[in-house]
Amino acid sequence: MSNANTYITSSCIIRNNTVVKNGVEVLTEADTALPEFLRGLYDRFSGQYPKFHKMDLLSKLGWIATEVLLQDMPMETYAPEETGVVLANTSSSLDTDERYFETVREIASPALFVYTLPNIVIGEISIRHKLKGENAFFVAETFDIEFITGYVQQLLDTGAINACICGWVEQYHITYDAALYLIEKNNRGLGVSFTAESIRKLYL
Amino acid sequence: MADLKAQIIQQLNLQEVKPEEIGNDQPLFKEGLGLDSIDALELIVLLQQHHGIRIANPEDGPNIFYSVRTMAEYITAEKSKTA
Repeated sequence: MSNANTYITSSCIIRNNTVVKNGVEVLTEADTALPEFLRGLYDRFSGQYPKFHKMDLLSKLGWIATEVLLQDMPMETYAPEETGVVLANTSSSLDTDERYFETVREIASPALFVYTLPNIVIGEISIRHKLKGENAFFVAETFDIEFITGYVQQLLDTGAINACICGWVEQYHITYDAALYLIEKNNRGLGVSFTAESIRKLYL
Repeated sequence: MADLKAQIIQQLNLQEVKPEEIGNDQPLFKEGLGLDSIDALELIVLLQQHHGIRIANPEDGPNIFYSVRTMAEYITAEKSKTA
């Protein structure tokens, strides 16, 4: 495994009602429930994407974190197949699974059913940014930074992809934590060498 | 039809659409409101939950859900059968 010429070019952490981009706090909104907080982020960082309102909270969280991650980081130089998405969390889609189960007692909700898989967040991100590269969603007890770093590095080393959005997107009831990183072979933006240690430093 | 528009907005979570922005004869799918196949299923749920109507023949769906007017006419016709 090699990390030569591989960089973290952007990062976005969303937790505790705060957004941190490239290690710098860009927004905090105390005392706001997650749905309203995410709606506020949508209004500020995106807008004009009505499908956002139909997503479950996990997808909204990952989707808006990607909006912040890719702000001022144009990806048009890559072909759709060149950018991958590798994510992980610990609660899978359990929050939506429970909501869906509640509807089954009367009339099962098709709109909720389509979000009863955690990798749907990858689909929403991919649709938004027209990405068709390798993707994977792992469910693990904690954010295994070494594993994700190694997995993404291997995809880059083998030439399967030339850029990757990777990280942790966790949400269950009111708890949430998103940490996304843009990894590229070409240095730009944040420009930190792509190592597990660098990912950990930006995560904490 | 205003009530039906409000029901559609609520059922489909169209948060950026106001009832008055939906034309009575505007196509709901594709070039109109841009609804998708999941929205079509949600409209079927809407008919069941709000109006107690089950669509007997799925092939009738495209005609029933063409616009707000065609939906309203279908609801009126179905309710008159049971009145």
